[in-house]
Amino acid sequence: MQDIAIIATHQTRHQRHAADRDEVEMVQEVLSGAIDGAQIPRADIGFWVSGSSDFVVGRPFSFVGALDGVGAVPAIRESHVEMDGAWALYEAYIRLHHGDIDVAVAYAFGRSSAGDVRAILATQMDPYLVAPLWPDSVSVAAMQARALLDQGVYTEADLAAVVARNRRSGQDNPHAHLHFDRDIGSLLAEPRFVSPLRKHDCPPISDGAAAVVLCTKAYAERYVADNPGARVAWVRGIDHRIEPASLGTRDLAASPSTKLAAQKCGVGEAPIDVAELHAPFSHQELILREAMSLGPDVEINPSGGALCANPIMVAGLVRIIEAAKPILAGTARRTVAHATSGPALQQNLVCLLEGDA
Amino acid sequence: MSESHGELSAPYVLEYAYKRSVGPVLGRFLTELRDGRIVGIRGRDGSVLVPPQAYDPATGESLEMDFVEVGPAGTITTWCWVHEPHAQHPLQRPFAYALVQLDGATTGLLHVVDAGSEEQMKTGMRVVAEFAEQRTGRIQDIACFRPAADVQAQGNTPKAPQAEQKPVTKMVTPISLNYQVTPGRDHAAFLRALMDKRIIGHRCPVTDKVYVPPRGASPTHGVRTTEVVEVSQTGTVTTFCIVNIPFEGQELEPPYVFAAILLDGSDTPLFHLIGGVEASLVHTGQRVQAVWRDRADFGPTLENIRWFAPTGEPDAPFESYQEHI
Repeated sequence: MQDIAIIATHQTRHQRHAADRDEVEMVQEVLSGAIDGAQIPRADIGFWVSGSSDFVVGRPFSFVGALDGVGAVPAIRESHVEMDGAWALYEAYIRLHHGDIDVAVAYAFGRSSAGDVRAILATQMDPYLVAPLWPDSVSVAAMQARALLDQGVYTEADLAAVVARNRRSGQDNPHAHLHFDRDIGSLLAEPRFVSPLRKHDCPPISDGAAAVVLCTKAYAERYVADNPGARVAWVRGIDHRIEPASLGTRDLAASPSTKLAAQKCGVGEAPIDVAELHAPFSHQELILREAMSLGPDVEINPSGGALCANPIMVAGLVRIIEAAKPILAGTARRTVAHATSGPALQQNLVCLLEGDA
Repeated sequence: MSESHGELSAPYVLEYAYKRSVGPVLGRFLTELRDGRIVGIRGRDGSVLVPPQAYDPATGESLEMDFVEVGPAGTITTWCWVHEPHAQHPLQRPFAYALVQLDGATTGLLHVVDAGSEEQMKTGMRVVAEFAEQRTGRIQDIACFRPAADVQAQGNTPKAPQAEQKPVTKMVTPISLNYQVTPGRDHAAFLRALMDKRIIGHRCPVTDKVYVPPRGASPTHGVRTTEVVEVSQTGTVTTFCIVNIPFEGQELEPPYVFAAILLDGSDTPLFHLIGGVEASLVHTGQRVQAVWRDRADFGPTLENIRWFAPTGEPDAPFESYQEHI
């Protein structure tokens, strides 16, 4: 596999409800922000791929409609995944290995405020025996949280500590919209929402979009040579794995698929400076840290993570953007991003990034 | 569309009753449920999977049709307590979702526990399936699980077996999702202009082409568009179809004409109805004009235009609209 680089990223200021922007307007904003911001000629882009869900935004073929924000003349090579944009980035990464193009763009959009997210996500469950009972996303996550707490390793105070840290970090992130500075004691005093989870253990409902520009090694080297001071983030490893579909056949308190993906990427082979984990629910961060063997020296979610902004289908791609950010800024050498899709961490993607020495 | 807090929005319901065929493995499970029993399937390693699966979840190997009756009692392996049920939840009082490992099973079945209060719930507690009175071969044939202690106190009343019926081969799973859709900045401006009998578009700064309705982006070049252009209410039919077939939700009496209309000053056709003329007389190149409804009936909608009607002008030359065919 050749090295692929992230050379530009952009995301919206995610918000509880984007009253003034529809999908097209959001997509136009993030694509222009990433491509024009880095001054990459559009003619250089050989592949475009999006991640989104019609069920989230409540519009049929919304990914086709969103192409109005891309600019498709002359005709472009375009693809779509009905998944988080992190998986669109994976497709872009693979596509660049064909060797016939230099630059690919992965983007994602989600207006989660349009519908009832908890109900919408219930429809992704097994349609025969599970979805008819409408186990909503919070209830499924709460069952997972209980499975973790029942192991006796973590307590509800550990969940609250995850919330307190992420929401405090989110205060410094202009793209985050739900953040606060509260101590663990006051969080534990809150009533339970879907036990054992409290409302603050759950992600906000968010509207937003994000885009990442990737390129080949040769293109990245030319780009850095032409733009003195520019940095790129090298994708040193990317892998995604899946758990069995039936919740009852899994150990909900662990994430073997994340563990395997991290191993395949080589995450443990050298120290990690920053990890951006896609943990919409507080307890999931604890499961992921364990699966990826991230020690106390690793900075987790300086962005505040999905607990501070969670546009569905976008938040995973945002983790890759946030992991690339300190490398592009020259403040980190080796970072890792994780993205998830499906109920209770069903599918997991790990992306290892490095900067030039 | 209606105005709320300075924003246009409209309710939208996505609803469908999916009809699914179930196959031999789920079919057997559902047939047994209907008859008041719960079965699993034996895996290659001797485990018993409930609900049964056609393939081994670890190896993907297909499994023999070796069904095993399990339950109806079991043990809770994990659970959550729903304090405020939503309308779609199976129980409309506080309840638990739980994974129940039925006696004889290796895996957990996801279902609901009607325990009365959260204090009654505990991981590892014993529960018993309560079957619904009316069973049709679906997961809701188990109405809920109840704490075993409650069932022993009240006595487990066995349900009468259903009359002899054929195996279950199909099921219906209705889905209904509610949305509140909002049109965004530039579409909203278009809809609001229609309240003033104006049709607006955006000019692409790269090509000068005018797009109606405006999308806030140039679909050819991906750049932001901001220049608002009011276009004519007269245009040319570039293509059309005559709707002769009735369908669900149809609001007009067939036959009627649906057409792409290139308004003067616009570079993209607008889709609307053609009226005021026999369907058989509608043709490409025909010049048509917007016919508005009474202002009293106006809303932020393209329905403010009843339809487009012929102006009687000579047809537009083919060259003027050939790019849009």
